[in-house]
Amino acid sequence: MSCINPDGKPTESGVKMLRALDSGLEYPEEIAKEVELPLFRVRSGLRELTQAGLANLEDAKYRITDKGGENGIKGK
Amino acid sequence: MEEIKEQVISLPRLGEPAPDFKAVTTHGVLKLEDFKGSWLVLFSHPADFTPVCTTEFIAFAEIYPEMQKRGAELLGLSVDSVSSHIAWVRNVEDKTGIKIPFPVIADLSKEVSLAYGMIHPGQSKTETVRCVFIIDPDQIIRTILYYPLTTGRNMQEILRIIDALQTTDEHKVATPANWQPGDMVVVPPPNTQEAAEERVKQEHECVDWYLCKKKL
Repeated sequence: MSCINPDGKPTESGVKMLRALDSGLEYPEEIAKEVELPLFRVRSGLRELTQAGLANLEDAKYRITDKGGENGIKGK
Repeated sequence: MEEIKEQVISLPRLGEPAPDFKAVTTHGVLKLEDFKGSWLVLFSHPADFTPVCTTEFIAFAEIYPEMQKRGAELLGLSVDSVSSHIAWVRNVEDKTGIKIPFPVIADLSKEVSLAYGMIHPGQSKTETVRCVFIIDPDQIIRTILYYPLTTGRNMQEILRIIDALQTTDEHKVATPANWQPGDMVVVPPPNTQEAAEERVKQEHECVDWYLCKKKL
């Protein structure tokens, strides 16, 4: 997995995406610009974060979940 | 009498939607739809840790910035495991200093290879030949190239094809033999007699009414 480690914790790029979500960004295109990763990586990464319960997708918008917020994204 | 069943898989063709896939890669699980909106160069190589493929991977890595300028992504594929791919790209970086920046599909099940017609049994029953599929942002196949196992690909030709396709899409023109960006382009031939007569009066460089070129 590119955004989730085998222990279920987000990788460095996963943390970057969670931080972008935490800052209020909702769409893969704007998150890709913010984290400076290719759009395909962000789309697959957000899918992984969603599957891990760290983000959710509703009405084509991604949001960080409480569990995502607990994953040490603050102050990293 | 024993019944022999043979699965016939239709090969992808130009102008048709690229076969869908979901695959394990060196950058995680990727789907074709993840590349929507970008040009995609999907290419296969016979095997990891082989000499011609290594020269190609280095060459693909070297043109990756040029690909990105054109809004294109690269995606490699072979019938090797993801661990093999990771070991190989790390070895390439260790030995040459060149980092492989694009993902590589680990197609152990051959699901993607078969869907894209990348295995040519006359060349090898177990390895993919050197295929290149250029897929547009709407995920339509625009170019297919096949190279034999023994011949490494020409990266400048792949860039030239992307330039030509993008020029065609933007300006509704065609590109002549050996065209390079900046060269004159071919104006589509007229489809009525009246248009043919008007064509020769226009400020195009015409050999005759059916072969006219112009500068962009």
